[in-house]
Amino acid sequence: MKYTDTGKKDTRSGFGAGLLEAGRRDSRVLALTADLKGSLKMDAFAAEFPDRFIQCGIAEANMAGVAAGLAITGKIPFIGSFAEFVTGRVYDQLRQEVSYGKANVKIASSHAGITLGEDGATHQTMEDIALMRALPEMVVLNPCDYNQTKQATLAAAQWEGPVYLRFGRPAVPNFTPEDEPFVIGKAIVMNEGADVTICATGHLVWEALLAADALEAEGISAEVIDFATIKPLDEETLIASARKTGRIVVAEEHNMAGGLGEAIAGVLARNLPTPVAFVNGEDRFGQSGTPAELMAAYGLDAEHIAIAAKHMITK
Amino acid sequence: MENHELKTIATQIRRDILRMVCAAKSGHPGGSMSSTDFLAALFFNEMKHDPATWTRSGKGQDMFILSAGHLTPVYYSVLARCGYFPVEELGTFRKIGTRLQGHPSIRKSLPGVFQASGSLGQGLSAAAGLALGKKLDGDPNKVWCLCGDGESEEGQIWEAGMFAVHHNLDNLIAMTDWNGQQIDGPVASVAGEGDLAAKWESWGWRVIVADGHDFDSIAEAFTLAKAAEGRPTMILFRSDMGHGVDFMAGTHKWHGSVPKPEQLEDALKQLGETPLGDF
Repeated sequence: MKYTDTGKKDTRSGFGAGLLEAGRRDSRVLALTADLKGSLKMDAFAAEFPDRFIQCGIAEANMAGVAAGLAITGKIPFIGSFAEFVTGRVYDQLRQEVSYGKANVKIASSHAGITLGEDGATHQTMEDIALMRALPEMVVLNPCDYNQTKQATLAAAQWEGPVYLRFGRPAVPNFTPEDEPFVIGKAIVMNEGADVTICATGHLVWEALLAADALEAEGISAEVIDFATIKPLDEETLIASARKTGRIVVAEEHNMAGGLGEAIAGVLARNLPTPVAFVNGEDRFGQSGTPAELMAAYGLDAEHIAIAAKHMITK
Repeated sequence: MENHELKTIATQIRRDILRMVCAAKSGHPGGSMSSTDFLAALFFNEMKHDPATWTRSGKGQDMFILSAGHLTPVYYSVLARCGYFPVEELGTFRKIGTRLQGHPSIRKSLPGVFQASGSLGQGLSAAAGLALGKKLDGDPNKVWCLCGDGESEEGQIWEAGMFAVHHNLDNLIAMTDWNGQQIDGPVASVAGEGDLAAKWESWGWRVIVADGHDFDSIAEAFTLAKAAEGRPTMILFRSDMGHGVDFMAGTHKWHGSVPKPEQLEDALKQLGETPLGDF
């Protein structure tokens, strides 16, 4: 593998670092939260720019509307909460005020997926990508590590229009280059291969790379593509890889309905019908447990990705 | 502008409202007619705004959000009569391809509209965001927002109410069209909303109660409201749904119903013609 884990870090801290940097580069950048400043790693931004940090209290619907108003006056507000509370709880507000209302709001969505862990299913969302993909023109990002999340945050700040930026709670391997600019809409081929393509997003990208290593030891050449941008989807990179390998595995910390897997299957169905296998949360809620226990229990790891790839090749 | 001039404009706006909803065979005349008088006074006498230099960012001007987004008949008529777009365009209301969408849209480049609304309870939050944006920019102008009393059953209205006080948004002036009616009946029978004045006061807002159909009372309320004193202001306008037409006044039945042709004729006769002319 050409990537090395330089030490585990949480992606939400990548967001916090990116937010601070974005704030230094552009005085229009604001940070809003609904009583989760620390969890969203907004402390450094709030300390350096106290007038540009806006505490909204536990009132996410109002926060979304306030952010839209601020955006109309020319600001670049980031609203931050747990993924469930900044999507499902406020879907109608994001739809009317931000998406239909064309307000330049950035939705910072932390603790996404099952790796939120011990708090259990009420706080774990495996449906947020579906909700945000459904909104016309919404950009949906799900970077894979600390470095990429920091860069994605900077890219989101510069993008003209609403962006959904999804990241997570646990410390995970940090392996992408430190200062690689994030290009919205561009998938990254992380490992070239000939037999099968593993498309992954978020925390599952590292697992996909580990799976590719394991497959290589068994003589299977796996291509790994990081879909840090889920919408707009990089169809060109996807189709080129599908043409080469003829087999696709999609891995994501999200349920089947409306996730990256269905997005990819849709592109392939329209352009180049190709067999697709899915490694995802299927059609389930989460539960309490440590992030590692939950990922293993729900089959969201390198082992299950490798099994899915081998199954496609041998069947 | 003198009261008699406002009265003439308000009469013409009510004619516009009825002719718009009848042409579209849909729309919301009742609440539009209860909020006509104070919206006419606001746009023609009180707000600092200029249709010729309008931009969505609202810099250097007052801004207005229609949180009760179904009140587009009165909103569009007021905007057109102020000069934001040709009065003739009112005839396209709710028709395919129109800029005058059933509820306000910012996707049709209609001058004067700052934000989409219609899903109730959200506009006061957007208005609070505009007010905070103006504070951050050192822009001393005001942000106005119109809510409905039925709409105030939405919890988000009260979230916004808490936020605006906490952030000292004394440049935010909200208005409630307190007509006591909503789709399913009188507000008191549908949701038991209670005393809005007492509620907003307990929320920390400065509350002004005025007669929404008396131009002296309306002017006095606006003068008081514009003198900022460190907290947001809520003007509760006591009003009658369907005001100005006897068979429409004071009942929820005209919230979203359209007069029949003979009823329109009767209503226009009651209102009388004005020198401004119909669209």
